[in-house]
Amino acid sequence: MNRALEALRAATPRLLAVPVALAVGLVLLWVADAPPLETVRHLLQGSLGGQQRIGDTLMVWAPLALACAALILTFTAGLWNIGVEGQIIAGAIAASWVARELSAPPAVVLSAMLAAGALGGGAWAGLLGVLNVRGGVHEIFGGLGLTFVATGAVIYLVLGPWKRPGIASTSGTEPFDAAAWFPTLGALRVSPLAVGLGVLAVVAVYLVLRGTRFGLRLRATGQGRAAAARLGIPTDRYLMYAFLLSGAIAGVAGAVLVGAQHHKLVPSVSGGYGFLGILVVLLAGFRMAWAAPIALFFAMIASGGVQLQLRLDLHSSLGGVFQGVLVLSVLLAGGWQALRARRREAAARA
Amino acid sequence: MPDISVATIATIVAAASPLVFAVVGETITEKAGVVNLSLDGSMLLSAMVGFAVAFTTGSVTLGFAAAALVSALIALIVAFASIELRLNQIAVGFVLTLLGANLSAFLGQDYVRKPGPYITSMEIPVLSGIPGLGPVLFDQNPVVYASLILVAVSMWFMFNTRRGLELQAVGERPEAAFARGIPVNRLRYVYTVLGGALVGIGGAAFSLDVKAGWSDGHIANYGWIALAIVIFGGWHPGRAALGCYLFGLLQVMALKLQPSLPNLSQVLPILPFPLMIATLVVVNLPAVRRLAARSRVFGRLFQGEPPGALGRAFWRE
Repeated sequence: MNRALEALRAATPRLLAVPVALAVGLVLLWVADAPPLETVRHLLQGSLGGQQRIGDTLMVWAPLALACAALILTFTAGLWNIGVEGQIIAGAIAASWVARELSAPPAVVLSAMLAAGALGGGAWAGLLGVLNVRGGVHEIFGGLGLTFVATGAVIYLVLGPWKRPGIASTSGTEPFDAAAWFPTLGALRVSPLAVGLGVLAVVAVYLVLRGTRFGLRLRATGQGRAAAARLGIPTDRYLMYAFLLSGAIAGVAGAVLVGAQHHKLVPSVSGGYGFLGILVVLLAGFRMAWAAPIALFFAMIASGGVQLQLRLDLHSSLGGVFQGVLVLSVLLAGGWQALRARRREAAARA
Repeated sequence: MPDISVATIATIVAAASPLVFAVVGETITEKAGVVNLSLDGSMLLSAMVGFAVAFTTGSVTLGFAAAALVSALIALIVAFASIELRLNQIAVGFVLTLLGANLSAFLGQDYVRKPGPYITSMEIPVLSGIPGLGPVLFDQNPVVYASLILVAVSMWFMFNTRRGLELQAVGERPEAAFARGIPVNRLRYVYTVLGGALVGIGGAAFSLDVKAGWSDGHIANYGWIALAIVIFGGWHPGRAALGCYLFGLLQVMALKLQPSLPNLSQVLPILPFPLMIATLVVVNLPAVRRLAARSRVFGRLFQGEPPGALGRAFWRE
């Protein structure tokens, strides 16, 4: 009981951040001249009203959850893998290549697409890992650089070698053959395979980090490289493992995006799932068990936002503003809380 | 190879001026030991606000002032979060990046693709008549003049004044600076906010000059490009400005080559990033480090070490 109270008191400032974000959301709605209750109703209806809508929300959740799982692996190792966006794109390119080149039964094509996605994302992250671990390049700037290179590669492919016969257009490549489309549930747009992969990644990362020697060593590496090395952990190798695994999971997200959502390669194939994943993971305090439901909440905002645009003529960026304010206020509240704790400690010592 | 005339060079110097403001601003901030990662969002939001204010008031000057203010406020959040709350600068900066971009789209809806005021050129008589140099340096608009002056002044300030040396000390070895009586955290506030204001002027220099007007994601990715050029420039305002002009040169060449290589112009904005990565790899090579430590000239050219305390909060125990 006491512990529960303690935990509640510790969490209070962070919980207070939520009403702050809501208040900012209200101000934004007031600026946009939109009725708040109506907005919430449309948001809920747009994201959860009916099987089709729930399915659409889950289809946003799946790649986002994969991105979060990828990010938590690298964060645990103490790495800021902002390049996850580029790894998603690399996975999408690799999976698209398989979808375009391989003609085989669907089961074979889909498995090959997922494998290629994992390899593509893993290779892109591996390159970042080598730059970071061997070359001394900071992973943030290396990762951002490689993300832009991957974006450039997609644009080059879509407008160049993979352009649709006759016309090069930014609307993307020719749609894949039916064998490369992730099967959907009846008439719904939701793909059980995509959602299953998201769940699998979340559970796997949770279990690996919680209960295995590998997870423990990864965490030790992240908490202090020098200390971990003194304990006999080959830290460089563990950093590379983190990059490779993270990239592979991100690459699967890329395969899901082209196979289950776009059914072709488009210039903005990821559209910021990696960056949104970073927001989710920051909000979750780098914990997988929290990131999965928060990702669902963010997915609701994204898929419900489509309705807000249609019904209330609200700009699509509103959801992003709300998410940003929410994460910023939670971060600041966490910092404030730590500051107060430090002050109390200092006062107690004096 | 397309020919590069005086007029082309004048165009490059003008087109690169917004990036020069942003890059010099961020260099100053990082020299003080603070990373303001929010550049992409800061520039978008300040470009939008700058255009909106100039559009509403009819005053380009007010537009620039408002843009500088908005971006300085974002920088103040970064400074407060890192200095007072000791939060991770990357985390806060990254959230502000996305928030700034989304806010610019949301608040800028009413200004999309509206014709608005923009800065007009101001030829400096006599000097603009100098062959070669005249058109490049003396037949531009006030923002371009200001960008050139900024590069010169920031270099002089940073390397030749006492306050400039203090700025470097704060970013390199804050503990030692503090022991010598330099108010580390106060200076970090000052230079982070100052750098942020310059970034904001850079944003408005897009929406009120080089890429006049506003639309969703009007100058998206230029902030990331600026961050890349800061590294490419090895945290030296002059080298960073050269990086901006190099980028401008690449853009002009892409335009000229477009008829023969139509895909190139789409891919060219990517080029600063591989260049940045290559720079980082090269300056970290052991052989290059040894050479840079031995020879002064070589050291000046290839010095690529970030400020020693970059991204690290400072406090008295």
